[in-house]
Amino acid sequence: MMLFVLPASLAPWIAPYDPETISLSEQLKPPSWEHPLGQDQNGSDILSRLLYGGRISMYVGFWVIGISGTIGVLIGLISGYYGGWLDTVLMRVVDILLAFPGLLLAIALVAVLGPNLNNVVIALTAQGWVSYARLVRGQVLSVREQEFVLAACTSGISDNRIMFRHILPNIIQPVIVQATFNLAGTIIAESSLSFLGLGVPSGTPSWGVMLSEGKDVLFEAPFVSIFPGLSIMVMVLLCNILGDALRDYFDPKIDS
Amino acid sequence: MIGFILRRLLLLCPVLLGVITLVFFLIHLIPGDPVELMLGDSAFSADKDELREQLGLNKPVYEQYGRYLTGLFKGDLGISIHSREPVLENIVERLPATLELMAGAMFVAIGLAIPLGLISAVKRGSWIDQLAMFFSLLGVSIPNFWLGPMLILLFAIQLDWLPVNERGSFLHLILPAITLGTALASILSRITRSSVIETLGTDYIRTALSKGISEFQIVTRHAFRNALIPVVTVIGLQVGVLLSGAIITEYIFDWPGLGLLLIEGIQTRDYPLVQGCVIFIATSYVFVNLLTDLSYALVDPRVRLQ
Repeated sequence: MMLFVLPASLAPWIAPYDPETISLSEQLKPPSWEHPLGQDQNGSDILSRLLYGGRISMYVGFWVIGISGTIGVLIGLISGYYGGWLDTVLMRVVDILLAFPGLLLAIALVAVLGPNLNNVVIALTAQGWVSYARLVRGQVLSVREQEFVLAACTSGISDNRIMFRHILPNIIQPVIVQATFNLAGTIIAESSLSFLGLGVPSGTPSWGVMLSEGKDVLFEAPFVSIFPGLSIMVMVLLCNILGDALRDYFDPKIDS
Repeated sequence: MIGFILRRLLLLCPVLLGVITLVFFLIHLIPGDPVELMLGDSAFSADKDELREQLGLNKPVYEQYGRYLTGLFKGDLGISIHSREPVLENIVERLPATLELMAGAMFVAIGLAIPLGLISAVKRGSWIDQLAMFFSLLGVSIPNFWLGPMLILLFAIQLDWLPVNERGSFLHLILPAITLGTALASILSRITRSSVIETLGTDYIRTALSKGISEFQIVTRHAFRNALIPVVTVIGLQVGVLLSGAIITEYIFDWPGLGLLLIEGIQTRDYPLVQGCVIFIATSYVFVNLLTDLSYALVDPRVRLQ
């Protein structure tokens, strides 16, 4: 995965060309020594755009995972620990958000908020936290009844301390696995929104935008679509493999 | 069973109300004046006022909400700004194309996943199993907005075997169905595999083995049927994945379904149409999940008691 994360992070220093340079005289040039992955319909260097595009995927991926993970874990902890009406209300909110399949809510939100990077993060976070909240709540419900938590309760430790110092460390492993799988899902979601013209503005180097632009020249220059698609696929595949490996490591009883 | 159905229907009400409320307030999240955004700056103020009146945006929010809810109960999803037709009519017109695409994708997914999962489970640990599971991992990792163009490139442009774009004969359905069904096939093959492995480890299978029944018969006649129960449930629950995936697949192949209607609504800033499509898709998803739950409860009476 570092093969993707490092080059994307170092894109401003290692990209051979400016990703937004337009050179209409060099439109759709196939791969060559000067431009190893070819040039797109604006004459921009595809390799440079791929490197910068990786930054956008990482940016969205890590922000969405970070924010939605934090919100989801907090809500799941509170819901599972306190139970009662608070749990009922929070879980009904979860149910409502789960009624929107896949990208539907994100598409609707970006459609009204407007297509830009921060709105993509907001739209994907709006539903992203739900899976963590459900997972954590379920875990808290089972851990809450264990003796070490009951012992902590009887010794007068505050609820916050019990939740964050005693329960959370015991339930964090599945959350990490979930976050790894969600990173893959978020990368695909960001690219999907950009592909539909609902992510970053057209012309910005993003893998989804590159694929969307490549779709229009599929016949003349398939390489414009092939490389960004391959990048997304390999990145997502690596996240999924890492998620599988982490799950097996944390819980060897599970057969993936 | 009737009590169970009523209980589930009752639980559905707050969810549906929440979905409707959320979608209703979406239009109020639009930065600036939604009417100006929909019609553009150059529109006549009379047209803007007319649209504001039509959408009820000149009334207090609670009144707008009440009107929207009442309209929904009567099956009124509003009027499309672009086509000037009722949104529900537009949806009903496009629905058969989406259903056709989903059915095709489901056929592809089940046709690939069941044999793949079954072979993997029977040959567990072998190179066949590892290869099949790698392909299933690959299937979940390939974004459909890339798979679609690549299939077009190979089968329509290079080989010239299949037609693309728009709905027509059965041949037009093949590439969109593969594009939409691949991810589901990957998920189902993994579930089939683990379900068959679990069933093969049960006592009644051991008994059948000890009676000298052939492995083929055990797998096909004893294990497979029981292993299918969780697979069928997952198929039901994955309808949402297909619904959501259909939006992108329809966009790639210019397939005139509900997903393309939604994207067209977004592109033309036809917010009543967007709201209508989102409510329709979310509500359908909720009801499909309910039907899956009910069918599961019908098969397994323990579910009713939970």
